[in-house]
Amino acid sequence: METRKIEIPVMADLFARGEKPEYLFWVGCAGAYDDRYKKVARAFAKILVHLNVSFAVLGKEETCTGDPARRAGNEMLFQMQALQNIELFKAYEVKKVITICPHCYNTFKNEYPDLGADFEVISYIDILNKFIDEGKLSINTDKFKNAKITYHDPCYLGRANGIYEQPRAILKKLGGELVEMERNRSFALCCGAGGAQMFKEAEHGNKEVFLERMDDVLKVDPNIIATACPFCMTMMTDGIKYKNQEEKMRNLDIAELIAESLNL
Amino acid sequence: MTKQIVFAIALLVTIGVFAYTISRIIRFFMLTRKGFAVNKLGKRLWVTLEVAFGQTKIFRRPVIGLMHALVFWGFCVILFGSIEMVIDGLFGVEKSLSVLGAFYNFMMATGDIFALLVAISIVVFLIRRVFLHIKRFEGIEMKKISHIDANVALSIILVLMLSLMGMNAAYLKWVELAGHEVHGVYPVSQHLTWLFIGMSVDTVFTHYQIYWWTHILLIFLFANLLPYSKHFHVFMSVPNVFLSRLEPLGKLPNMDNVTREVKLMMDPNAAFAAPATDAPIERFGVKDAEDVVWKSYFDALSCTECGRCTSVCPANITGKKLSPRKVMMDLRARMKEKGPMMLKNGRDYTDGKSLVRDYISEEELWACTTCNACAQECPINIDHPKLIVDMRRYLVMEEGSAPGELKAMFNNIENNGAPWQYSPEDRLVWAKDLEVNVQ
Ligand code: SF4
Ligand code: SF4
Repeated sequence: METRKIEIPVMADLFARGEKPEYLFWVGCAGAYDDRYKKVARAFAKILVHLNVSFAVLGKEETCTGDPARRAGNEMLFQMQALQNIELFKAYEVKKVITICPHCYNTFKNEYPDLGADFEVISYIDILNKFIDEGKLSINTDKFKNAKITYHDPCYLGRANGIYEQPRAILKKLGGELVEMERNRSFALCCGAGGAQMFKEAEHGNKEVFLERMDDVLKVDPNIIATACPFCMTMMTDGIKYKNQEEKMRNLDIAELIAESLNL
Repeated sequence: MTKQIVFAIALLVTIGVFAYTISRIIRFFMLTRKGFAVNKLGKRLWVTLEVAFGQTKIFRRPVIGLMHALVFWGFCVILFGSIEMVIDGLFGVEKSLSVLGAFYNFMMATGDIFALLVAISIVVFLIRRVFLHIKRFEGIEMKKISHIDANVALSIILVLMLSLMGMNAAYLKWVELAGHEVHGVYPVSQHLTWLFIGMSVDTVFTHYQIYWWTHILLIFLFANLLPYSKHFHVFMSVPNVFLSRLEPLGKLPNMDNVTREVKLMMDPNAAFAAPATDAPIERFGVKDAEDVVWKSYFDALSCTECGRCTSVCPANITGKKLSPRKVMMDLRARMKEKGPMMLKNGRDYTDGKSLVRDYISEEELWACTTCNACAQECPINIDHPKLIVDMRRYLVMEEGSAPGELKAMFNNIENNGAPWQYSPEDRLVWAKDLEVNVQ
C-alpha cells in the first residue's frame, strides 16, 4: 500500500494566500498536547484529508476555550479566553468550527454566543455521521466485524447536548456488535474528569469514579470501549490499566475506529 | 346556616394564613438576585405539559414513577371535587357542579377511581419509607425531621383519600335511603355502601357530614402545612417546571458584570466610552442565600427531597461528600435562618455565617464534575450544577481560594493558553509526519 505525506493546513498560511477553508478544525488542548489524544486528532485529520474536506487548523494561534476555568469558577479567565478566541475567529472570518472535544463543543456552541460569537459549531461525531449518511464516507466493515464494542457517553455530548444516537449510528455501521452498558445515554455515568476534575486529585471518597464506570464496562465485557471525549479517554484508559484488562480490551475514539476501519 | 358560617370562617382562616405564608416567601424572593427573563411562553407551556403533567421525568423510574404519576393525576382530578365542596360549603348547597351533567359524572367517576389508586400508591410509599431501607431516602442531609415530614404528609393524603371514599359511599347510601336523586357516578364507592347497612337515614347523613368535613378541613390544614414541608412541591413543582431554564443542560449562564470588566481590561479605551454604572457593586458568585438568583431559590423551595439527583451523582456514588439534594436543602435552610433577620435588619445584615462553608463545604463544591446527571434526573428540572458553579465562582473570584492544582491550571491557561504546562509553540506537534494510506 502506498502512503502519502500530508500537511495540515494552517489558517494563517491559507489566509495569507487569500484562501478561506470551509471549516476550522479546532483541535483543542488535549488534541494538541495529550499524547494519547494526539492520535485522535491525527485520525480525524486523516479522515478529513481522505474525504477532501476543505479545512484548516489555527496551529500556534489556538488557545484554550476556557471551559475548565469557567467550570472551576474562574469566570474572569474564561471570558478573557472566550473574547480573545471570538476576536480571532472574526479576524479569520470563521463560519463553521468542528471540534473533537465535547467540552470545546459545548462551550463554543452554548456559551460563546452570550459573548458575541456568531459561528456554527459542529461536533466531529455529527459531521462524521453526516458524511456517512450522505454516502461520502463509506465505512469498511471487515475490520471490526468480530468485535464487541460498548460506547461510553461523554456527559458533554450526551446530557449536555443531547447527542446520543449519532455515535451509536456510526458504531453500528462498523459491523461489530454494539453492547450497551446498563447506565447509558442520559443515564450514563460520568467518567469523573469533567468540571475541571481532570486537573486535580479527586475529593476523598471510597472509590474513583472511573473505576465505578469500569465496573459497568466489565459487566458487558467488550473488546473495545468507544469514547468520544479526551477526558473520558484518559479515564477509561486508566481504568483498563487499573483493572488489568489491557490484553482484553482497547479504548478507542470513534474517529480512530473509523480511520482504522478504512486503513488510513 | 351555621354550617355555612363555620365553613366561611374556616375558609377565611385558611386563605388568611396561606396569604401570610406566601407573602413572606415572596419577601424572601425580593432578597435574591435577578436571573434570566421569563420568555418563550409557548415553549414553557410545552415543557410544563410534558414534564409536569406528563410526568415524563418521574417515569425515568417506571414502577414507582407510575405510582407517583397516579397520585399527581389523582390530585388534578380530585381538585375538581374539592372546588365543588368549597362552593357547596359556602352556599349551603349540595353537589352544585352537577349542573355540568355528563362532564360532572365523568369527573366524579374519575375522582372516585383515583381516590382508590392514590390511596394504594400512598400505602406503598409509606411502606417503602417506614419498612424498606431505600438508599435514596438516606444521606447526611436526611435528618429525622425530613423523614417525619414525609410520613406525616403521606398519612394526611391517605386520610384525605379514605375520607373521600367514605364521603362518596355515605352520600350514595344517604340518597338511597332518603329517596333523593343521585348526582355523579362513583364506580369505587358504590361497592362500599355496605358499610352503612342497618343505619338510619339520619345516622348515614351524619356519617356523610363527618367525612365531608374531615376531608375539606384536612385539605385546608394541609394547604397551610405544605409551605413548611418538603411537600411544598405540591404547589411549587408545576411553576418550577414552567420556569425551567430552557437552554441545553451544558450551558452555564454568563456573568455580565464580569464581561464588562474583561472588556475594559482588554480595551482600556472603552473605559471612557463605557457609561458609568451606578448599580451597586455585586458580589461575584454566591456566598450566601441572598446572592443566589431567584430561580435557584425557587429550585430550593420546590425540591421534594426525593433524592433522585443524589442517587445518580457520580461524586456521591463514590463516597464523596457532595450531594446535590443537600445543596438544595441547605439553600432553603439558610434562607429560612437568615431571611427573617434580613427582612428585619436589611439585606446587609450578617450573622457571621454563610451558605458557603457553614452549610456547604468547599470539599463538597470541588467534588462536582458538572456532569449534569442530577439536573437530568430531577423530576422538576432543578438546576444544581449552576448553583454549585456559582459558589465556586465566589470562592475563586472573591477569595482566590481553589485547590492548588486548579490554581496551577488557571496559571497555565493564562500563560500558555492551555490547562497544561506546554508551550504554544508545540501546538502543531501532533500534525508532524502525518501520512495517509492511499488505497
Ligand atoms: S453535576 Fe455535580 S452534583 Fe450533579 S450529579 Fe454531576 S457531579 Fe453530582
Ligand atoms: S433536587 Fe430534584 S431530584 Fe434532587 S431531591 Fe430535590 S426534587 Fe429530588
